[in-house]
Amino acid sequence: MADVNRGNRPLSPHLTIYRPQLNSMTSIMVRISGNALLLGAILIVWWLLAAATGPAYFATVDGLITSLLGDLVMTASVLALWYHALGGLRHLIWDAGYGLEVEAADRMGWGMIIGSVALTFLTIIAI
Amino acid sequence: MAFLTDRKRVDGLGSAKTGTEHHWSMTITSVALLILTPMFLFAIGPLLGEPHADVVAGLSRPFPALVTALMLIVGFHHFRLGVQTLIEDYIRGMTRKIAIIAMTIISYGLAATGLVALAQIAL
Repeated sequence: MADVNRGNRPLSPHLTIYRPQLNSMTSIMVRISGNALLLGAILIVWWLLAAATGPAYFATVDGLITSLLGDLVMTASVLALWYHALGGLRHLIWDAGYGLEVEAADRMGWGMIIGSVALTFLTIIAI
Repeated sequence: MAFLTDRKRVDGLGSAKTGTEHHWSMTITSVALLILTPMFLFAIGPLLGEPHADVVAGLSRPFPALVTALMLIVGFHHFRLGVQTLIEDYIRGMTRKIAIIAMTIISYGLAATGLVALAQIAL
């Protein structure tokens, strides 16, 4: 019957059932990094708004964004941005039908982790 | 005896038939963001922490203004679709609806705030 088990169906990710693997962990981190970027995005928009408002208000927001906490959020945001970008690239490669073998997928997983850290250092050094 | 047919009971409970559109929109915006992200970091990164006059002068130049505007539009559209999937995976019922509405308002609200600020600086 159509109404068997109605309303008692499991929601999508069964995190407690599967053994943690590089694939699942890097995928979960893509989701977390993408959504956590909201914090950095709010700060940048606030900074833009302050720059448009005037020097006095800008000083307040600039003080926040250049504080230790601001530096921490901005650095974490750059890391999240690069990680999420590389994760998105892996998603596009998978969507195209490539890199679906376990070894290839694992290689891309490590590539995302190492690549995002390297690109974050490069970004901080270069800027 | 049941007066509802099985068909009637399940009608409207399946896919909303808009998943393909959502996925394709994410594909397009993700490719766009792969191009935009490095440009945005190099356009905006050097301005962070600079004095007010320098930031205003920097954002008034065409390239940083263009990259920032595109990042706000494409980035927040991509974020809205992504956060919607997050909400749909973990939250049910009325809370789900409220969360999706709230995040949609926040996404477009932030994008518009950034664009208006940018327009006032750059124009």
